Amino acid sequence: MQRENSQAATAIAIEGLTKDYGDVRAVDGLTLSISEAEVFGLLGPNGSGKTTTINCLTGILKPTSGTLRVGGFDVRTQGLEARRVTGVSPQETAVYSYLTGKENVELFGKLYSVRKGALEPRVNYVLEKVGLLEESGRRVGKYSGGMKRRVSIAMALVTDPKIVLLDEPTVGMDPQARRSVWDFILELRDEGKTIVLTTHYMEEADELCDQVGIIDHGKLIALGSPTDLKEKYHARDLEDVFIQLTGRRIREGA
Amino acid sequence: MNLAHALALAKKDWKRIFREPAFLFMIILFPVLLTVAFGTSFGAVGGSQASSLNLGMVALGGNSTSSTQFYHELQATGVLKIVSYSDNGTAQSALNQGRLQAVVLLPANFDETVQSFWANPTQPRTWTNSTLSIYLDKGSALTVQVIPSIVSQVLDQGILGAKPTNQALPISISAPSQVTVKGSTVFQSFAPGLFAFASIYMIMMVAQSFTGDRENGLLRRILVTPTTSTDVVAGSVISYLVIGLFQALLVFACVYALGYVPAGGAPALLVGFFIITVFALCNIGFGLITAAIAKSAGAATGISFIFLMPQLFLGTFVGSALSSTAQAAGRFLPAYYVTDALTTLWTRGAAVTSTAVVTDLAVVSVSSVVILLAGIQVFDRFGKS
Repeated sequence: MQRENSQAATAIAIEGLTKDYGDVRAVDGLTLSISEAEVFGLLGPNGSGKTTTINCLTGILKPTSGTLRVGGFDVRTQGLEARRVTGVSPQETAVYSYLTGKENVELFGKLYSVRKGALEPRVNYVLEKVGLLEESGRRVGKYSGGMKRRVSIAMALVTDPKIVLLDEPTVGMDPQARRSVWDFILELRDEGKTIVLTTHYMEEADELCDQVGIIDHGKLIALGSPTDLKEKYHARDLEDVFIQLTGRRIREGA
Repeated sequence: MNLAHALALAKKDWKRIFREPAFLFMIILFPVLLTVAFGTSFGAVGGSQASSLNLGMVALGGNSTSSTQFYHELQATGVLKIVSYSDNGTAQSALNQGRLQAVVLLPANFDETVQSFWANPTQPRTWTNSTLSIYLDKGSALTVQVIPSIVSQVLDQGILGAKPTNQALPISISAPSQVTVKGSTVFQSFAPGLFAFASIYMIMMVAQSFTGDRENGLLRRILVTPTTSTDVVAGSVISYLVIGLFQALLVFACVYALGYVPAGGAPALLVGFFIITVFALCNIGFGLITAAIAKSAGAATGISFIFLMPQLFLGTFVGSALSSTAQAAGRFLPAYYVTDALTTLWTRGAAVTSTAVVTDLAVVSVSSVVILLAGIQVFDRFGKS
């Protein structure tokens, strides 16, 4: 599933990103470059700094130091422009339970200023892609956890963004739904979009990602394609690589 | 601010009102139930009158020995509370607004009349005659029946010292002018307070809405779109302004159905509804402050009572049953001025340009805008994450 992607332009550039919460350093001097039309997997144990990095990219968190450029826009000084080209599906299933699936997606289409004439077809398109078009007239409060997660992904994609940030996108989904989302992610990549995802499913990263970055204690400890990393660490799969690099000790926190 | 973003968010809030039972109850059902409960408990049947009679006294000739004596004699009856006014216009305004039940106008030559009487009590030809005028709240049967006779008695026996005979006296009392002042039942005096009472609960709704969205990650999610926090707050202001107006119309329909007919016609109704709508801004502001302080939607419910209870007890109809100190404290709360304005306009029938209404409108507008701006600032700084 991995794709040759040489000489691609940079979609996301992170330089020396550091984020402190009081005395705790969540991200420690992270430098990373993600190319256009690439699926990039940000992997790491709980509390390693993945979500903090995503939140810094969205502009929700202000970095302690370092610079972030998304779609060519400086997140700190051109935040609005950066947000216009980015779709985000956060770690928590942030959906309005009293709205229908369709209304949730429509609302975010309006917040991204999708043209009125283009909104309806786009909403239907993304709902179909996440397998929820038939159920889209029901209130989200009645959905299963996996269905809510799929609505959340549709909300991130309704604007047809150049860059998509997906924080653990397939948590709680059954194998069929997960496979459907994977296909959609690959389709998006083939359309030229850049996708950054965090996941705890190594199989998912192996299947989807062109490049993988493993971070631990806020630092980037490995970077490369899944194939390269498996070769380098003489591992059967990406999970072996992950365990070799981050150890077997169970981590607490998110 | 992006109006399309704000309207999209406002529309989402409106859907919530009709889809979430808790919101539907607090915004729609609660005001209706409250109004019906008060209306049936304190409606026209069995309504009571004011517990004391307030009489305004205007001495057109200025203060004199005779007018001062008249004042004290009236006060000594123990039935009336006398309020002295320097001009008739102010006294009439107070009567129109229901603060007085009657006004007594002492003629300019009142002192001269009394002096001439006492100089020659048995020589009517030497007296300087004059006429005393009385204006009464015709909606109060007690006032119409009692005040003219008390005034006459005090004048004849207290000031002129005459025995209750048919003896002629130099001061006559003109036929009392009866003024239309509404507000004769408890419900009619309480009805304006219901509008502020219902609207105040908006504090809790706004706070729960923002804290709930923050807890669920929705606020954060919205803020990673091109939507700004200004758009989010503007959406909330738009939605709750409309909700506030809708709520006011609902309460109005209920009180009207229960027999409360507001005075003043269309201008009074328009100004009244405008004041209630502006008051919604104040409640949105308090809601935002609550949301900034509260860590969760549950905590927001509790904290909202800090802003809710004083306004309920001191700023709505409940205030009229409280001590003078508590009522004075109510003057520091916007709800007090909303209730006062609606009572003045709709129950007492004062003109929309009357000093009381204009003052109330100014206080409600300024305080609501200030509280809203404070709420936006506090929420922007402390409430988003």
